[in-house]
Amino acid sequence: MTRRQLARHAGWFGSAVVLSVTGGEVVSRLADARDAASTAAASPTATGDSGTLRFVQISDSHIGFAGPANTDVTGSFARAIDQVNTLGFRPDFVMHTGDLTHLSTPAQFDQVKQMMSGLDTDRVFTVPGEHDSVDDHGRAYRQSFARGTEGDGWYSFDTHGVHFIALVNTLSLEKLGHLGADQIDFVRRDVAGLPADTPIVVFSHIPLFAMYPQWGWATDDSLQVLNLLKRFASVTALNGHVHQLFTRVEGNVTFHSATTTAYPLPKPGQAPAPTPQVLPARQLHTALGIRTVEYRRSTTPLAITDQELT
Amino acid sequence: MRKSFPGRRIGAAATLLAAAGLTLAACSSPARSTAASTAATGIAPGSGEPSLAGMPGATGTGAAQPSAAPSSAGSMPSMTMSMPMSGAAQTRAGAPVATDSVAVKNFAFAPAAITVKAGSMVTWTNQDADAHTVTSQNGSGPLNSQPLNTGQSYSYTFTKPGTYSYLCTIHPFMTATVTVTP
Repeated sequence: MTRRQLARHAGWFGSAVVLSVTGGEVVSRLADARDAASTAAASPTATGDSGTLRFVQISDSHIGFAGPANTDVTGSFARAIDQVNTLGFRPDFVMHTGDLTHLSTPAQFDQVKQMMSGLDTDRVFTVPGEHDSVDDHGRAYRQSFARGTEGDGWYSFDTHGVHFIALVNTLSLEKLGHLGADQIDFVRRDVAGLPADTPIVVFSHIPLFAMYPQWGWATDDSLQVLNLLKRFASVTALNGHVHQLFTRVEGNVTFHSATTTAYPLPKPGQAPAPTPQVLPARQLHTALGIRTVEYRRSTTPLAITDQELT
Repeated sequence: MRKSFPGRRIGAAATLLAAAGLTLAACSSPARSTAASTAATGIAPGSGEPSLAGMPGATGTGAAQPSAAPSSAGSMPSMTMSMPMSGAAQTRAGAPVATDSVAVKNFAFAPAAITVKAGSMVTWTNQDADAHTVTSQNGSGPLNSQPLNTGQSYSYTFTKPGTYSYLCTIHPFMTATVTVTP
C-alpha cells in the first residue's frame, strides 16, 4: 500500500466504529460521521437511485443436513429466501458463499437450485463449500452451478463500478482451504488492468484470513491473492464456512465472515471441535441470518448489514 | 451505544445480537476510471471472462454483454509466501494404539493414531448423526470412502508399511493416522 493509499484507507477505517442499537437492530457507522447517509444506508428500507448497488449474501444452507442443531434446514433456507424477497428493495444480485448442500448429492443440488431460483433478484451467484465437493472434487457442483466460470469454478464480474471476484478454496483442501496456482494466476490476470481505486469485493467459502487455523478456518495460500490486491485502496472479503459473524481488518482488506441459514458453530476455541451447536428452543433463528451490502458511488458508504432470520 | 476499533474482533461480540451492521466508508474519489464503472448498473463478466457466471434470479433479465475492456498487462511479480500455521495440528495424547477398529464419533477419529501390521484390514464405523468420510490426505493415498452415514462402515487392507494420514473431507479438521508396520 502506498502512503497515499494508506492515508485514504485510514480515512475510511481509521476512525472508531460506533455500534448503535435501535429497534433491535444494530447499526454501525464511522464515528466521524461524515454524513448522515451512513445510517440511512444501513437501513434496508432505504430507497436509492439506480446508481446504488445492493446485494445480498447468504451462506451455508446445508440442504440435506439432519440433526438436532436444526431439524428443518430446508424451512430455514426458505425463510431466508422469503426474507430476501421482502427486504423492501430488490437486490442487484444474491451471492451464496457455499455449503449449499450438506453432502453434494444430485437431489440436494437440485433442491437448493430450485429454491434459489425463487430469489427476487437479477442474478444468483455461488461459490462451493467443502460440503458441495464431497468425494467428487466438485464435479456435481459444477454440473449445476459452473456455467460461465473458469477452472474449477472461479470467476469475476463487474457492476456499479465494483469488481467482484469469486474464488474456490474448498477443492484441494487438507486442513485448510486452498486456492492453487491456477486460480492465483487467474486473479493476477483478472485484476491486472484495473485502476487501484476500483473497489474490490472477494467472495470465498473458507475465510481468506486466519480466523482460526486450528479448526481449518483459514486458507493456506491466500496471502498470494491478498498480495495481488495490495495496490487496491478498498478490498472487502466476504466468506462463509464459520457459521457466525466475525470481522477483521488487516491492512487494506476488511474481512467479514457471514452467518448461516442452517445451524450455529461454536466460537473459535470455545468447544473441542467446530461441531453443530444445539441452541435452546426458539433461539435458533437468532444465530441464523442474511447479509445485505449497499454501495453508493455518490455518497460513498459501503454498508454491510447482518440481520437475523425472522 | 458501544465503541469498537478497527482491527479488533468486533464481529464476535455481535454474533448473538439481534442483528449486526457494519458501515464502512468507501472510496471518496468521485472520479473512477475503470472500464467497469462505465458498465453502469448491469452485471458484466470481468474483463477476460467469456461469459457471466451464476444463474438468473426469479426476476432476472439475463446476462449482460461481456465487457470489451482489454486487460492491459503489467503483471504483478509472483509471490510465494505461506501463512504460518504453527499449532494447526491437533494435539493428541499418547502413542498409536494397536487396533484395527476406528470409531468415528463426536467429530473425531478414535483412536486418532493406530498401528497395525501389514496385511491387516482396518475398519472405520461412523457413530455420529452426521456423515463422515475416510480419505487420504495430500490428494493421494489409498483411503477413499464414500460418505458414511450413521452406522455405516468402511474397511481397507493395508499391505505396505508406512504412515498413512487421512481426514474427513466433510469436516477436514478431523485428521488421524494409520501406521503400518512390517
